Amino acid sequence: MADQNEKPEAIMELDGLDPEAVKADLLRVYPIKVARKRSKQIVVNDVGHCDEVPVISANARTIPGLIGQRGCCYAGCKGVVLGPTRDIVNITHGPIGCGFYSWLTRRNQTDPDASEDRHNFITYCFSTDMQEEEIIFGGERKLRKAIQEAYDNFKPKAIAVFATCPVGLIGDDIHSVCREMKGKLGINIFGFSCEGYKGVSQSAGHHIANNQIFKHVVGLDDTVQKGNYKVNLLGEYNIGGDAFEIDRIFEKCGISIVATYSGNSSIDAFANSHTADLNLIMCHRSINYVAEMMEKKYGLPWIKINFIGAEATAGSLRKIAKYFGDQKLIDRVEEVIAEEMPEVEKACKEIRPRTEGKKAMLFVGGSRAHHYQALFNELGMKVLSAGYEFAHRDDYEGRKVMSSIKVDADSRNIEELEVSADPNQYSPRKSSEELKKLEEQGVTFSDYEGMMPTMKNGTLIIDDISQFETDAMIEILKPDIFCAGIKEKYSVQKHGIPLKQLHSYDYGGPYAGFKGAVNFYKEIDRMVNSKVWGYMKAPWEKNPELTATYAWD
Amino acid sequence: MKSQIKQTSSKEYTATKNACKLCAPLGASLVFKGIAGAVPLLHGSQGCSTYIRRYLISHYKEPIDIACSNFAEDTAIFGGGANLKIALQNIHRQYFPSLVGIATTCLSETIGDDVPMFIREYASSHPDESTAPLVHVSTPSYQGTHMQGFHNAVLATVKTIAVTGKFSNIGHVNIFPGMVSPADLRYLKEILIDFNLPFMMLPDYSRTLDGSLWPEYQLIPEGGTTVEMIRCSAGAAGSLEFGRILSREKQSAGKWLNETHQVDCHHLGLPIGIRETDRFFQALEVLSGRPTPEKYQEERGRLIDSYVDSHKHVMSAKVAVYGEEDLVVAMAAFFSEIGILPVICASGDRSGYLKEELARVFPDDVDQSIRVMDNADFVDIESTVQDAKPDLIVGNSKGYAMSRRLGIPMVRIGFPIHDRVDASRRLHLGYRGTQQLFDRIANKLIEYRQLSSTVGYTYM
Repeated sequence: MADQNEKPEAIMELDGLDPEAVKADLLRVYPIKVARKRSKQIVVNDVGHCDEVPVISANARTIPGLIGQRGCCYAGCKGVVLGPTRDIVNITHGPIGCGFYSWLTRRNQTDPDASEDRHNFITYCFSTDMQEEEIIFGGERKLRKAIQEAYDNFKPKAIAVFATCPVGLIGDDIHSVCREMKGKLGINIFGFSCEGYKGVSQSAGHHIANNQIFKHVVGLDDTVQKGNYKVNLLGEYNIGGDAFEIDRIFEKCGISIVATYSGNSSIDAFANSHTADLNLIMCHRSINYVAEMMEKKYGLPWIKINFIGAEATAGSLRKIAKYFGDQKLIDRVEEVIAEEMPEVEKACKEIRPRTEGKKAMLFVGGSRAHHYQALFNELGMKVLSAGYEFAHRDDYEGRKVMSSIKVDADSRNIEELEVSADPNQYSPRKSSEELKKLEEQGVTFSDYEGMMPTMKNGTLIIDDISQFETDAMIEILKPDIFCAGIKEKYSVQKHGIPLKQLHSYDYGGPYAGFKGAVNFYKEIDRMVNSKVWGYMKAPWEKNPELTATYAWD
Repeated sequence: MKSQIKQTSSKEYTATKNACKLCAPLGASLVFKGIAGAVPLLHGSQGCSTYIRRYLISHYKEPIDIACSNFAEDTAIFGGGANLKIALQNIHRQYFPSLVGIATTCLSETIGDDVPMFIREYASSHPDESTAPLVHVSTPSYQGTHMQGFHNAVLATVKTIAVTGKFSNIGHVNIFPGMVSPADLRYLKEILIDFNLPFMMLPDYSRTLDGSLWPEYQLIPEGGTTVEMIRCSAGAAGSLEFGRILSREKQSAGKWLNETHQVDCHHLGLPIGIRETDRFFQALEVLSGRPTPEKYQEERGRLIDSYVDSHKHVMSAKVAVYGEEDLVVAMAAFFSEIGILPVICASGDRSGYLKEELARVFPDDVDQSIRVMDNADFVDIESTVQDAKPDLIVGNSKGYAMSRRLGIPMVRIGFPIHDRVDASRRLHLGYRGTQQLFDRIANKLIEYRQLSSTVGYTYM
């Protein structure tokens, strides 16, 4: 929890500056209407009684001409949620660009040996490569042939079809083509109407992906897997091997994962995932829909956990153990934490003196900007400002505000599935008394506290930050490290400030769990203490301070 | 013996699997990044600008800002005029651009947005001088590849800007180099300067996409061809335009300037290898009235010397080369000089001229068969490579998976190169670029032979 201000009337402070003045500086350049809209998306944090925080405008359209970092609905659906699943052949129905750009660009790792058939189609990029004639006369014929070819070539268990912008406009009915081919080929084939213009960001695509996986896959296989303490890990995409590290820890503890959505995943595990006894949510934004629907239809509750940060990992493990309530598991979890922590503490103790007090900013994703603050806290670093690219108000302010979120036209266009308890498959995992008792012990269900209540007062929360604002923030606050993605990386580094990519991990990782924390400490130490910035000015450049340091001057 | 050139004209399959091409707005965005103070603007869904930015950035490793008109669902229904105008206004307020390059996407093209009309409306409602010239290029991804987007953007820029008169009388030349690396562009500029030849090179992203750290904040990275210079292109003494395939197309910037403003155009291949580079230097001698500076004669001499000294390492090697058609043709010309057989020449483009241009490169005495594949994807290419078993694969990073699976070494050229750190610094053109290509290829072959040798050897 954030420090509560002793004197509420005290002036807010952001690294010695007035955060309201910093905000005004960011808005200065905009026309009045734009400034008005942005001013609701840039908020000075102020955590009040019961973790009340100011309202932030989120999940709103990006204003044309403000160079933002958001992707599209297709990117969220195909790229993020379905991309990491190795044994579904994903066909992009559209012109070539969309498929090409989502071809292996997210660094999701997978282990094909984990499935008997060893299917792995992640390395392939299938596209119907629509040409002008299909735009004019329709692309269904070509799609049908593409599905047939994918089947003939690979005999996969499932084929998924993703619609791009032109598909919705010309009126191709991908769903009827999928139904027809499913009937013909006898494998699971389903479509996603994730045209790029839908919604305001990739978030719409996450929702569509959740819906279709729930509709077409979840619940198809009732086989109860062997193992104790069965959970699903939702919203963990195995970037840089994060899911592998979590798997390692779970295995040590004796916790069994039925399905991970969707890092290192297989469609068979999705089909079977309703047999687990608890859903764990990592990335709340991208995956909470499927958890909600599974709870309603099958009766398994969900809790929010976080495996980014060693303390957070330990806390999450304890929470899971408490849920199952088995002393054997509770003890085992404590043993594992006691085994793992010394190495983490040793690394932290060695590195922290070099990182203590350094300043960070995080603008990334729909959960990472929050989760990674745990690691910076462990390094004694200060987070000055943070924001998400595509999150909603509940990710900022906590799920308690969900009932007050106004559903706008862009969100209304994304289907909400009607879900009710399944007459055969529904079985509540815990009685309402048990749930109540657990709640009293601090295991909160179906809840996410949000990022803002955990941040300091006076920090600046910026939703959907633009490139222009990014540059301005760097100029004004001069952080020691900036966390974002590849699009921001090289512009931030031009300013002499290192940028840590939290989408792709700069080709490193894992950063989750205990081993991941150590990796991250080392990486941040390397970046914030780099000597390279000191070489920027040549000795002959007029700079008395610098030249004075040379002995021969 | 007659050369026996096989053409696999189209893919065996309907779907494209692992494409060997990118989309048109990417090429257009790259051109606009090579104009000083310009901001590229994609008219359509924000996903396109984001995807193209992240892809270009993974190659160039530099800031690349591309604005967007951010269509929403209702924009797709009612048209993007209002969004485009808001975008233009906001770009002007934030970036003070000297030009805005507007490229369309599939979305705005499919709904049939009349972008020229939107631009006229915007210009008439913003008559003040601070409004930058607005260049529009039509680049739906369902027509052509990134190369068409690139060339069309160069043409659209010249057409839009050069008509405004104010011709220069300093006897400068236009140079349209095509999609080459920042290092190539820097080298071309060095050559032109050494010939004392004033020039207008479009695009020139040698600094904007390969710059140093910034001591002071830059709204738009420094460098690039100025709008003023592009204006003067209609008054140039001549144009140089690279690309044998491009020279076959109906339209190009060089052709348009010739037809409309009577600027002579020298159509040349990409200057890779001795003969194509010789043609380039001969054209420069004609345009400048000066002999080739000694520095380049020496470079040429060293190149031929190394051809002679290292011939034994490269001769008779079989190579699979893929990429943009013009790059493939130029590389094939170079291979033909050093005794390498490009047994597979593949491209995702399909101009229809690839086979003919390759046939011109290979003299009749070539007795090996060459598989020419256009409209190809990497699944096609890989199965052909598996069949032909070349000694080396030459092309962009997308061939790495194939190289790894088949155990055939690879030399990276062109775009995209996202699994090596020096994409912007790789030189391909001129005597110097050819020298680097030659050395890399010869060394790669030697390295592979060393690796696969049972005894191991260190001295040659």
